[in-house]
Amino acid sequence: MRFVFKTSYDADISLFKHRAQAVWYGLLLLLVLATPLYFVAIGDAYLLGEITGMLILAIAGMGLMLLTGHTGLPSLGHATFMALGCYLNINLLGAGVPWVIAFPLSGLIAGLLGTMIALPVLRLHGVYLALATLAMSMLTGDFVVIAEPWTGGIAGAAVPDINIFGMEINRYSTPYKFYYLVLFVAIMIVWFYRNLLRTPTGRSFTAIRDSEISARAMGINLTQTKALSFFLSATAAGLAGALFGHSAGYVTNETFDLVMSITLLLMIVIGGLGFIHGAFFGAIVVGIIPVAIANGRTFLATTFDVNINVPGLESALFAFILVCFILFEPMGLYGRWLKIRTYFELFPFYRKDMFKRQKSYLKTDRIQ
Amino acid sequence: MDFLQLIISGLANGCVYGLIALGFVLIYKATEAVNFAQGDFMMLGAFVCIGFTNHEYMGLSFWIAVPLSILVMGVLGYLFNWGILRHMFGQSQTSIVILTIAMGFIIRFFAGAIWSHEPTSLETPFAGQDIRSGGLVLGIDEVLIVVVTAILTLAFYLFFSRTRIGLAMQAASQNQLAAYYMGIPVKRIHSLVWGLSGMVAAVAGILFASKGAIDPSTGLLGIKAFAAAAIGGFGSLPGALLGGLIIGLVEPLASRYGPPGVSQIAPYAILLLILIFRPGGIFSQTQRKKV
Repeated sequence: MRFVFKTSYDADISLFKHRAQAVWYGLLLLLVLATPLYFVAIGDAYLLGEITGMLILAIAGMGLMLLTGHTGLPSLGHATFMALGCYLNINLLGAGVPWVIAFPLSGLIAGLLGTMIALPVLRLHGVYLALATLAMSMLTGDFVVIAEPWTGGIAGAAVPDINIFGMEINRYSTPYKFYYLVLFVAIMIVWFYRNLLRTPTGRSFTAIRDSEISARAMGINLTQTKALSFFLSATAAGLAGALFGHSAGYVTNETFDLVMSITLLLMIVIGGLGFIHGAFFGAIVVGIIPVAIANGRTFLATTFDVNINVPGLESALFAFILVCFILFEPMGLYGRWLKIRTYFELFPFYRKDMFKRQKSYLKTDRIQ
Repeated sequence: MDFLQLIISGLANGCVYGLIALGFVLIYKATEAVNFAQGDFMMLGAFVCIGFTNHEYMGLSFWIAVPLSILVMGVLGYLFNWGILRHMFGQSQTSIVILTIAMGFIIRFFAGAIWSHEPTSLETPFAGQDIRSGGLVLGIDEVLIVVVTAILTLAFYLFFSRTRIGLAMQAASQNQLAAYYMGIPVKRIHSLVWGLSGMVAAVAGILFASKGAIDPSTGLLGIKAFAAAAIGGFGSLPGALLGGLIIGLVEPLASRYGPPGVSQIAPYAILLLILIFRPGGIFSQTQRKKV
């Protein structure tokens, strides 16, 4: 058992709870920095591309996690913000803005536009907000078609290469550079996110999630705080969208569809709602499922001569995993890990119901 | 005449939206949860009936297949609540939203695996027949949709306001804990409501499939029905029907008289506008929680 003695108030909000934790995260950082070496050694960067894709998803997932996991506002429309970021990035690059400025700018503008779209619906909560964002998500594809001069409409738009002070980065020709770039963005966002959660603003997000009424009683301006959360969330999604564009190379009106929005939401639930780790765990699951299905298919076809070719199997399997998680492990993968860790940390004293959530009985807000 | 024809086919479409919306509203009214898989329930109901009726499957008589498939869907709805949602009792609404979305994917997959992804239509005895009066051509299917929908809405309205069990459902939604104290079996009430909405979904699906072809992705139609339910304020049965009719009418009129592309956008744009300007819907029932 470990006892953390807190000798100052700062210890309560320090980035790492104790030195061992800092060491573990340091090792993780080394691991992700060294990952490309392995692929250089085997000389095949295909899987590294997949890992980069997971990191991009994780960035978008962190955006949604801030909104849904920490502020308690469900959104079924985060692909819309990704689309905004992606197309803004393409257009800014097309206008000759250097990537170093165009990339953060497209995130910021996506965030601002997202907040402008979201402000009127922020008064809504729960199911109504989910519906409004769902409608937004359904409209995205149509608006991409309508805004054809900027988006290329149905024909699609090619995403130019990244150019940082003369260094060309392309997903296929320089996969290692692209990986490090995405990793850098992801780490910066994690760093910002982690620090945000320690600030009064971050605490007020959590307060709103736990109870809007008591948050208001504590003097938190609901609309402002929610709008801020939406802004940060949409910014992260916009940045992820821009990177996604670079990774896909070509985007059309069907790239950022409802399925992507839903995937993001399912991803953070599987990973663990309310934990930054959850976004990464979820992205790994989402990234692995298609590969696993493809491999399983080939395995069945070669060894047993059985051909399984059912359309929709992927999303159905994904949905099934999700249902299992919601029913049996509502805290997601990270929650499961937390339980296992706590079990060993407290070794003989772990109780079964330590993580049990309190049930709440619903009351309607309708007059009947 | 052309205009009237549009109106009538719009009304028939609107009734299907209204029926799906009715399914949402039933569940929302009684359990305070929104079933994002209602559109897929509708699709499943249609396919169950197709499986009973069409000659390449079981080839039963239409009049036997209809009550049978309504029954099957009712049982499925009940079991869905009993087996899955009941374990979610007392958890946040967000997780129920996500759960029902995931169930929609699973239902779509099974429907596709069992009945294929080809658009199929239901073989009805009245297919292709129509009523003509003074240049106006009314398909029997369209008339039937309107009549059945009107009857169902009225029946549910009376059910909720007059019967003991309907009142118990409303009470269970208003305050679960208080309902428990009053001796209402809240969990069983929830399952019953889910069964009921499964039956409504089956009716909607059968009507939809008798009017045109249906394939597993038709379940996404449910999103348009959300617009219908939101217009009505999510807690009102006649409101849901009215919302369905508005959406159903706007679509053909926008595609006929509006610029291209508007008819696809219209239902969702209406949903957004309603949520922004009148979040409680036309028949507003919401009340802001205050400190």
